[in-house]
Amino acid sequence: MTLPSPVLVGPWSAVAMIAAVVLCSTAGEVLTAAAMKSIGDLDLIRARSGLKGAIRAVISCPLFFAGVSFLALAFFSLLFALNHLNLSLVAPASASLTLVTNAIAGKIFLKENVDRRRWGSAVLVGIGVYLLAH
Amino acid sequence: MAHAKLSPRQYLILGLVAICAPLGDTCLSKGMTAIPAIDLAHPGTLVAAVFTPWIAFGIALLIGFFASYLTALSWADLTFVLPATAFGNVIVALLAHFWLHETISWQRWLGVVLITVGVGFVAQGPSLTERPEPKPEPAPEAEEVHSL
Repeated sequence: MTLPSPVLVGPWSAVAMIAAVVLCSTAGEVLTAAAMKSIGDLDLIRARSGLKGAIRAVISCPLFFAGVSFLALAFFSLLFALNHLNLSLVAPASASLTLVTNAIAGKIFLKENVDRRRWGSAVLVGIGVYLLAH
Repeated sequence: MAHAKLSPRQYLILGLVAICAPLGDTCLSKGMTAIPAIDLAHPGTLVAAVFTPWIAFGIALLIGFFASYLTALSWADLTFVLPATAFGNVIVALLAHFWLHETISWQRWLGVVLITVGVGFVAQGPSLTERPEPKPEPAPEAEEVHSL
C-alpha cells in the first residue's frame, strides 16, 4: 500500500509554513531558556530542596509555561507543514534554520555573548543538520 | 562567576540531551511502525499504543531528554546548548551505519563532519555569558543624631 503524498503548495506558502515552525520553535526555546535562567541552577536547587523542590521551582514559573506553549505550537505547525509539504524539505529546513534563528534571538532577547565562535558553530551545525536530514 | 569550565556531571547532562532525543524519536518511530495503522475514528487505539514497549521506552527517553535539557539551560546559554547537543545526530548516523548497516551518502558524511567541527568549536568556548556582578547597594547613611 502506498501512502498518499502531501498536497504540494506554492513556494510562498511553503516558506510561510516553514517560517511558522521556525518562529514558534525559536520563541519556545528562548522563553524556556529565559525561564530556566530566572529559576537558577537546577542542580543546586535539587541539592538544597530535593527533586520535588526542583520540580516545584520549574512549574511555578509562568515563563516556563509560555515557552512550552510555543513549543507545542511549533509541534502542531510542523504537523500542519508535513501535511502539505514533503518531509525531506520540512525537517532539514526547519531544524537547520532554527539553530541560526536561536543564535540571533539568544543575542537579542537573552543578551547572550554570541561571539564569532558561536556564530560559526551555529552555521556549521545548521548546514550539517541540513545535509544529514536531507 | 560564570561556569567557564563544565564539570563531568554537566558534560554527562549534555550527553543525555544529545542521546535521549534522537534515541527517543527512533523508539517512537519503531513502535509506531510496528503497530497497525491507527484510525482517527478509534482514538482508543492511540492511547493503547502508548503502553507498547517501544513507545513507552521512547516516551521515557523523551521525558529524560526534556529534564536534562531544562537542567542544562539552567547553567548554560541556549546558544551553547543547542549546537553542543546536535552531536546526537552524528551518533545516530554512526549507529545507522555500523549497527544497522545502512548506506550513508557522501552528503551525510559531510554533514557528520560539519556538525563535529561545529560542536568542537562551541565546546572550546565558555558555556555561560559572563555578566557583571550586581553592584552592592550603598550602606544607608547613619542617621544623624540631633541633639536638642
